[in-house]
Amino acid sequence: MLVALVRRYLRPYQGAVVLLLLLQLVATLGSLYLPSLNADIVDQGVTLGDTGYIMRTGGWMLAVSLAQVLCAIGAVYLGARAATALGRDLRRDLFDSVQQFSARELDGFGAPSLITRTTNDVQQVMMVVLMTFTVMVMAPIMMVGGVVMALREDPTLSRLLLVVVPILGAAVGLIMWRMVPYFRGMQARIDVINAVLREQITGMRVVRAFVREEREAQRFGAANTRLYDVSLGAGKLMALAFPTVMLIMSLSQVAVLWFGAGEVSAGELQVGSLMAFLSYIMFILMAVMMSTMMVMMVPRAAVAAGRISDVLGTRSTVVEPAEPVALASLAGDQGPRGRVSFASVEYGYPGADEPVLHDLTFTAEPGRTTAIIGSTGAGKTTLLNLVPRLFDVTGGSVSIDGVDVRDLSLHDLGSLTGLVPQKAFLFSGTVADNLRYGKGDATEAEMWAALEVAQARDFVEALPEGLHAPVSQGGTTFSGGQRQRLAIARAVIRRPRIYLFDDSFSALDYATDARLRAALRPRTADASVIVVAQRVATIRDADQILVLDHGRIVGRGTHTELLESNETYAEIVTSQMSLEEAA
Amino acid sequence: MSHPHAAAGMPTAKPMDFSGSLRRFATTMRPERARVVLLTLCGVVSVALTVTGPKILGDATNVIFEGFVGQLLGRTMPAGTTTQEAVAALRASGDDSQADMVAAMGDVVPGQGVDVDRLAQILGVVVLIYVGAFAFGWLQARLMTVAVQNTVRRLRDDVEAKLHRIPLSHVDKQARGDILSRVTNDIDNVAQSTTQTLAQLVTSLLTVVGVLAMMFWISWVLALVALVTVPLSVVLTMAIAKRSQPQFVEQWAATGRLNAHVEEMFTGHALVKVYGRQQDAARTFARENEAVYDATRRSQFISGTIQPSMGFLANLNYVLVAVIGGLRVASGQLSIGDVQAFIQYSRQFTQPLTQVASMMNLLQSGVASAERVYELLDAPEQDPDPVPARELTDVRGRVEFSGVSFSYDPQEPLIKDLDLVAEPGQTVAIVGPTGAGKTTLVNLLMRFYEIDGGRITLDGVDTRELTRRALRSRIGMVLQDTWLFRGTIEENLRYGVRDGTEVSTETFLEATRATSVDPFVRTLPDGYDTVLDDEGTALSAGEKQLLTIARAFLADPEILVLDEATSSVDTRTEVLVQQAMNALRSGRTAFVIAHRLSTIRDADVIVVMEHGRIVEQGDHDDLLAADGAYARLYASQFVAPVVEESEAVQDVRTAAP
Repeated sequence: MLVALVRRYLRPYQGAVVLLLLLQLVATLGSLYLPSLNADIVDQGVTLGDTGYIMRTGGWMLAVSLAQVLCAIGAVYLGARAATALGRDLRRDLFDSVQQFSARELDGFGAPSLITRTTNDVQQVMMVVLMTFTVMVMAPIMMVGGVVMALREDPTLSRLLLVVVPILGAAVGLIMWRMVPYFRGMQARIDVINAVLREQITGMRVVRAFVREEREAQRFGAANTRLYDVSLGAGKLMALAFPTVMLIMSLSQVAVLWFGAGEVSAGELQVGSLMAFLSYIMFILMAVMMSTMMVMMVPRAAVAAGRISDVLGTRSTVVEPAEPVALASLAGDQGPRGRVSFASVEYGYPGADEPVLHDLTFTAEPGRTTAIIGSTGAGKTTLLNLVPRLFDVTGGSVSIDGVDVRDLSLHDLGSLTGLVPQKAFLFSGTVADNLRYGKGDATEAEMWAALEVAQARDFVEALPEGLHAPVSQGGTTFSGGQRQRLAIARAVIRRPRIYLFDDSFSALDYATDARLRAALRPRTADASVIVVAQRVATIRDADQILVLDHGRIVGRGTHTELLESNETYAEIVTSQMSLEEAA
Repeated sequence: MSHPHAAAGMPTAKPMDFSGSLRRFATTMRPERARVVLLTLCGVVSVALTVTGPKILGDATNVIFEGFVGQLLGRTMPAGTTTQEAVAALRASGDDSQADMVAAMGDVVPGQGVDVDRLAQILGVVVLIYVGAFAFGWLQARLMTVAVQNTVRRLRDDVEAKLHRIPLSHVDKQARGDILSRVTNDIDNVAQSTTQTLAQLVTSLLTVVGVLAMMFWISWVLALVALVTVPLSVVLTMAIAKRSQPQFVEQWAATGRLNAHVEEMFTGHALVKVYGRQQDAARTFARENEAVYDATRRSQFISGTIQPSMGFLANLNYVLVAVIGGLRVASGQLSIGDVQAFIQYSRQFTQPLTQVASMMNLLQSGVASAERVYELLDAPEQDPDPVPARELTDVRGRVEFSGVSFSYDPQEPLIKDLDLVAEPGQTVAIVGPTGAGKTTLVNLLMRFYEIDGGRITLDGVDTRELTRRALRSRIGMVLQDTWLFRGTIEENLRYGVRDGTEVSTETFLEATRATSVDPFVRTLPDGYDTVLDDEGTALSAGEKQLLTIARAFLADPEILVLDEATSSVDTRTEVLVQQAMNALRSGRTAFVIAHRLSTIRDADVIVVMEHGRIVEQGDHDDLLAADGAYARLYASQFVAPVVEESEAVQDVRTAAP
């Protein structure tokens, strides 16, 4: 998974990667050549007292060294470029994929998980690629080169490698292998700690109101101890790793000198070559160590790559039609009218036994208000989301002016509808930026008009910066009621043919609610309005009220009709107002 | 440039107090000082052993070399010739430089090969030294791990404890995302960078000192040569770090902006889609993504050049040592083994320098995070509880606000001179438009915020004379935003149960039945053992609300605060909740904030608030008869003609001060 993903995303940078490998090859060969030059200085310069030779070879060594550093820097440059470009491209494709998702896929992954995948997981993969380019590609070259050079210096002594390399590999491998479970556990435990802290911050008032500080401290303390335990376990192994490697390397040197001494004595080896051999054996052991360490980084990155590929491989269930029906073809005298029809609509979540919506059939006429009321979990929000295709129906059809919504382009469909979601979500920026979300080229006059309808003009005017007042992420600088009104203004400014209000008045007090509905009426005179509400007062004037229960329509009619004929509706009404007031 | 530090040529333009934060971290480590002393000792021993290794190994090389030269001389001289004779013979033949070299060796016996016994002896010592270095090195690293992990754990605990002492006024003013980032990302970063750098840093610094000492011992000339490269490498590292640091700052800043954008677009996904803003979103994303790419590429490249550059310096060092050392050996001033040892030392010398250099970035990022964590730890704390505090026994539940004034912002007084009495057992309904100060009233009663003037009393006792714990444990609260923690439903429900209080299964089920929690929990496969994830997403908003109501129910407090508690519960469920609430309220003083008039019609006292003032007080019938603000509010719910309504609104507005 990791390899396939990385290969696919490195393809555009193939040239750079090849050049990088070439540079790393030269750089590594350069550093391998240096000990051999040093051996020459000792054997042919020092022993023979040839000062001129020493100077010449020294100069050559510096030249090689300079070439080596230039190649290495070039390789770092190319490596940093290719790896970070890979990260950028991965992020871009992930973002684009998620943008295409319907609410169904988004909910499947969950927004927080998708955020982590787009940022942290990409970072993981990128770092491994970068490490590979700058450090890892050197390891095999170093190892092969080191072995070749060592053999050149002394084939007999090189047999030592057959003992030392496996020992080092096994020792480092064993330590790393024992560390992997610790690392795996560590990430999970950090997640728990962060989750506890997140809860404590978001629930600070509740914790304090119930005087639960000590209990929270205990809960945190337990999580902290669990993290401490794994961190300490991993740390202790890590503490063992470095001295062990040092020991094995040092002992190898001792072994080289011991066995080398015999050969020198026998006149089979020169002293300078023995010293060069020492350097080569260090190179080889370093390469072995680096490869083993690297093996540890890979599993984490592989997990991340898997998570990235999952997202990239997921296709949205809501797809753009190949040949969309032109908006003009459903136009009436003054453009599309916005008549919404549900025909035997059924919707079920993936994997759920029971559909959430069963056999819904109704029509929302332009200029009329259709209200939907029902208990929590009756499927009201789902129903509303089917119109702008946040989901697609699993049975039946939703159509606008007789055209199935699945046959319209998503752009046209979006321009026809104005949705105000249950949770009033504002984007960071300014008030004006948020209104422009509804209409990109809105003038200030249009903005004020929309704010006026949404009963938001007063408080926006009261802000020192007015329309340009900053909005923090999620709109936390505004109260719940203010957020809702701004979200309504954002929909109103679009002048859509179809208004979709999802319990959008719940945070408003009754006076504001009533004023808003009154101001909305002329604005929506020839548009279709579909309102989901909890409050009877909000919908009692609707032209058509649908009573939803467990995903089915159990009653339809006007307020007065339903009050007489529908028990469920009557029950809802009674709970909110006494009968004589309702009549 | 008159600043002394600037003149001293500080390496980087620091936006932070690097050394100050480092000292502060040292203070946090103080409880570990015994360990730190011990580990430093171990480090000294280990490094001392490690650095003597090459010197003795150099002796071994000398022995081999002597054997080699001896054999060489043996070809021209008869066996049994002494060193002196050999030197004399060499001089006689006019080979002065070779004579000097052999003279310097001391133990060359012509004709005799490598002295195997002496070699074995030396190598045996070396093995012992290396094993010793290993043992002490391991001990040092272990001690360091324990010290660092203890410190990080303590830091985490400190931060968590701090969270319970910060006044809410401070928390509300800041972006929660930022605080969250400090307690999660920043602490993680501190933990990671300290574990990775601290142990290495100690070893590296000790090694530099030790190696330097050994180098001077062997040959001060070569040591000076090697030292030439030190200022070079320091200058080089500083120069590179100076350039890479702003790139790192930019990298993380850009990453932060990208994260914020991604988070916003993914959480607002539905809106982005239905409003057809994908292209805008993608454009902004591309811009931020490119910025991250640019900064990351630069920071990685620039910091990546440290390693090869230092490698070049090491090689330069190597060549210098080889050339000058070679010349000195040839002239007999130095033994070949010493040169070899020296070459090893010079590598050991530059290696820790390189390590310190490449750790600088990690260290800087860790210190930057530590600074943010300390900023949080230094945040103001709420006023301490009074000592001795008044005790409450047998709470009746009379709450009185007298002459209370309060404001979030001194420029804009919010609540002015507010009087309100809730007799024991009474239900007080607070109504009024958004922003009238209803939630503030609750904040003050709970002492989430401290009042600026006047007093709030509980059974005649000023709430400031009580501990917050004593006050809050008498009040049960259901908030507008439903907060549940990760745990089972049962654990969440029992959350508010006072310590030492047993809740029997019957009482528990009674409470869940009374609040309509029981039916829907029973439909869940795991029932009360269902684990709620982060935000309790498995449940609908209404169901979560019911859980919070049941939680307050089980807490069994004397006073209740209900803040728009029922706004997301459908009206049929609400009827059931209402009944339960009535039962719960009996015998308890209750403050209810709700927009739904049906919820508060039964209240004993209705308080109508506007602009932080109480404009009307009384029961439903009285207030209707008074035909004031409440009557208009009431009318607006049920009588809807547009004209009348806007007039009514106009009236409400003019009525407000």
